[in-house]
Amino acid sequence: MASIAGKKSGLTWAVHISVAALVLLWLFPTVGLFVSSFRSGDQISSSGWWAALFPSEQNEVYRTADPKDKRVADGDMFVVTGNIFESAPRDIKAWGVSSRDVAAYQPGETAELKDGESVTLQADGNYVWRGNDKQISGRGQRIFITATVPPDFSLENYTTILFSGSGQDNMAKAFFNTLTVTIPATIIPIVIAAFAAYALAWMEFPGRALLIAAVVALLVVPLQLALIPLLRLHLGIGIGKGYLGVWLAHTAFGMPLAIYLLRNYMVGLPRDIIENAKVDGATDFEIFTRIILPLSFPALASFAIFQFLWTWNDLLVAKVFLIDSTGSTTVMTNQIVELLGTRGGNWEILATAAFVSIAVPLAVFFLMQRYLVRGLLAGSVK
Amino acid sequence: MLTDNPALLGLVTIVIGVGACLGYFFFSNVVLDKVIFPATGPNAGRNINRANLVRPWLFLFPAVFALTLYLAYPVFETLRLSLTDRSLDGAFVGFENYRKMMAESKFWEAVRNNMLWLIVVPAASTAFGLLVAQLTDRIRWGNLAKSLIFMPMAISFVGASVIFKLIYDTRPADQNQIGILNAVWLKFDGGIGSVLMLQVLPTLMYLAFAAIVAYVAWLFVKDIVGKGQDRSVWLLPLRLLVGVAGVWLVWLSVSSAIGVWSAELPHGEPQTWLTLSFWNNFFLMVVLIWIQTGFAMVILSAALRGIPEETIEAAIIDGANPFQIFFKIKVPQIMGTIVVVWTTITLTVLKVFDIVFAMTNGQWETQVLANYMYDKLFRANDWGVGSASAIIIMLLVTPILVWNVYNARKEMR
Repeated sequence: MASIAGKKSGLTWAVHISVAALVLLWLFPTVGLFVSSFRSGDQISSSGWWAALFPSEQNEVYRTADPKDKRVADGDMFVVTGNIFESAPRDIKAWGVSSRDVAAYQPGETAELKDGESVTLQADGNYVWRGNDKQISGRGQRIFITATVPPDFSLENYTTILFSGSGQDNMAKAFFNTLTVTIPATIIPIVIAAFAAYALAWMEFPGRALLIAAVVALLVVPLQLALIPLLRLHLGIGIGKGYLGVWLAHTAFGMPLAIYLLRNYMVGLPRDIIENAKVDGATDFEIFTRIILPLSFPALASFAIFQFLWTWNDLLVAKVFLIDSTGSTTVMTNQIVELLGTRGGNWEILATAAFVSIAVPLAVFFLMQRYLVRGLLAGSVK
Repeated sequence: MLTDNPALLGLVTIVIGVGACLGYFFFSNVVLDKVIFPATGPNAGRNINRANLVRPWLFLFPAVFALTLYLAYPVFETLRLSLTDRSLDGAFVGFENYRKMMAESKFWEAVRNNMLWLIVVPAASTAFGLLVAQLTDRIRWGNLAKSLIFMPMAISFVGASVIFKLIYDTRPADQNQIGILNAVWLKFDGGIGSVLMLQVLPTLMYLAFAAIVAYVAWLFVKDIVGKGQDRSVWLLPLRLLVGVAGVWLVWLSVSSAIGVWSAELPHGEPQTWLTLSFWNNFFLMVVLIWIQTGFAMVILSAALRGIPEETIEAAIIDGANPFQIFFKIKVPQIMGTIVVVWTTITLTVLKVFDIVFAMTNGQWETQVLANYMYDKLFRANDWGVGSASAIIIMLLVTPILVWNVYNARKEMR
């Protein structure tokens, strides 16, 4: 198309570059959180996460071995030799022996201290510490190095969040609570809405058009309006705050969209199939379960994903209908908000907690994207 | 105990819930066909007809029950609560709660911020969505790009708030900044780069926004003065409203564009972005725009694909350039879809609660109506004023509700 206009090459490159820029811009925030969740608290607060992806220069402090067991006599002097790196070798850029000047010497140089005491440090971390009896005693000599440190990531935060950690940091319980809220709140509305959608799509009765209009109207009613009346109702009839209440609330709040999506899909199914089945003596119940439900799978899947994402990510409904003062039924979104308040500076905890709660919806999103897109299109484009 | 294990409880609920639903539908049908109106005996024919009259309501009953009790009834109950006072045992107090609410500066702050959100977020999300949809339309890795931009849809508002709090993080000036926004901000020093990025670019963006608003407003208004086809009376107030809002927005953005050049920017000082009053609203809006762009993109991309090729080919033959094709051929043809996307995002904006709750909780002048309402209901325990603010949200939604129902009915005919 563009080639007919004769401007292909220049514009195409501009398009590729701008799309790439937009994609990077959109990914950047999530990647930042993802990278941060693999860094320790010290690492996060000492440098930006974007710096963590590349080798960085850091100042570190090491100590030579203790003279007591390591020193060797060399004439009237004593010498301690060894390597400052025990496990992880560094690439030393510069080093020093005083905290006031940590980069005084190059690797391989010798630092002359008072009264003939000297330290020599090689690039690979080997050192020679030489001095008289009094100098080579007590604790080992401190050595400051400036080194290039390779990127360093660990799963430690995830172990804290999922398996250990104090009650407040541990998300395992909230994770299961969220699951407990989500699964019934996804499945039950589908069953109820599917029957209603079938009736609205394929059964003739007075008031049908009015009902459909009502569903469309309720589609946009903000659930904020429902909070107080329903909470009063739940408290009044003895459900109180708990799983049953939140299941009922999610079921009802998801109902308009479910009916709307499923009805629109079912109306489009071929009329012949249903009429043939009727002629063959099938009841409406049989037609629904044997023919309509299997054929409507794509629409059912679309709605299931919507409802799953919505209930998993929900904060408001859970806060109002589920979480009581004991907090034992807290869900992940609520726990993260609480962490934001109490652990606002502990990014290793926050980032990991947030990522644990994001991971499941992201997986669902990438696996079922096709159905999600289809549902969006059916729900919005008229 | 069963209730001690939520997972087991959940599993049992699924089995009972789904089982009860299916059981209800199955047995109610059986009872209807076999017991109440048996399809045998002398009245078989009449009974079948009668059963078929009742059956739709059997199918509909649970759904209608849920909708009525959980969505329709609360609208009226909230309305009633907003006219009563809880501390006076629910006595009727007329518009007292509304008066109390209107006297609060926090309420007007919430209204002002909500208006800002309502203008900026749908506009920005739709514009970005349209841009991405058009750009990715014909490139080979377009689907991958779209799916990555769509991804934030799956992320909760709370998760997104954490993500963006990290971006806006502030450290003292002598430490390494760990929030990318401050890290970038400190790179600006007032030199030529700063002028380009912080003055020229915003000016261009303001002017572009003003141009788009002016164009849209003109589309609405021109039918009043010109000889448009659709001159129905009830559209007139809408057109006038859009026209006035358009003029106001154009004036606002042009004056902001001028303001950019006179502002003194605190170069070299790390900023606490979420406490900068007025501007912090925009830092919160970015979160929602980031999430909603994918939604707009998916729908607009499908609409763009649905445009008949012939119209575009004809334009090319007539010598239109790519920009003319986009703005004069494609955009007018998908205007209906753009409006649908816009209204859908508007609805989301009206209900936005989690982002403000998690990031600032309405401090530093970032209050919005939904969070104001939550504050009143569950912190101040003032159900009257809380319900009154919920009714305000409902009123703002009502035009979209009416419009949706109108469209749905038109389509069914």
